[in-house]
Amino acid sequence: MSVVPVSYYLALSAFLFGLGVIAFVFKRNIITIFMAIELMLNAVNLAFVAFARAHSQLDGLVFVFFVIVVAAAEAAVGLAIVLALAHTRQSLNVDRVNLLKF
Amino acid sequence: MTLPFLLFFACALVALLGAVLLIVAREPIHSALSLILVMVSLAVLYLLLGAPFVAAVQILVYAGAIMVLFVFVIMLLNAGEEERTDWSKIAKYVGWPLGVVVVLGGMHLLFHSEPGAAVANSAVNPPPPADTVALSNLLFRNYLFPFEATSILILIAILGALVLARKDE
Repeated sequence: MSVVPVSYYLALSAFLFGLGVIAFVFKRNIITIFMAIELMLNAVNLAFVAFARAHSQLDGLVFVFFVIVVAAAEAAVGLAIVLALAHTRQSLNVDRVNLLKF
Repeated sequence: MTLPFLLFFACALVALLGAVLLIVAREPIHSALSLILVMVSLAVLYLLLGAPFVAAVQILVYAGAIMVLFVFVIMLLNAGEEERTDWSKIAKYVGWPLGVVVVLGGMHLLFHSEPGAAVANSAVNPPPPADTVALSNLLFRNYLFPFEATSILILIAILGALVLARKDE
């Protein structure tokens, strides 16, 4: 039986989310930026499961399920956009996609 | 130091290491592999938290399907080393402070908000509610409408991906 305090999991979740934000801001490759979003979603999932455990309620696990489903849909559409972008721009660098930049 | 503590710290270390590797790796394929490392260690943590179904879904859907999609696209596009651009001003001056602020703010929210503090102060955890039958009852009774809504969402995502990835005539 686990005796690890739930707060440890929440701290780990916060650290992972922060690293995801840093990766999101720093990376220039659009695929890696997508992966940073997935990392943040994973961190939030960990917090959901930890809270579900702390309150002995299963609703948090259902929310994790929904988050994973939405992440899958987002990855499918996002990577299709990446493919279209790579075909038109010949580059994966987000700095090269600046047509709308003021 | 009991076994759960050791397991937790080992998995937490691996997860944090994978997240840092994701940032410092210059090849997208290395970032993808380190993200798989993070996901697998998170699945072990879910098992430790007493959520075997979520751990299985994490491995099957996240580390399996979604990351295979990523790796597939990386290889399809032959994504090589990331160009090291002149650091954009936003990344340089806002990136690190933003990350630190998010971590500290998240910690503050988690530990100083009322529900967060209540959780953090609960020394002894109740036994895990992990029961896949109860979870499926909840999912297909209380959350039936969101479940059906996600199926429509998936359908729309499939159509969107098809339309976007199609070659122009």
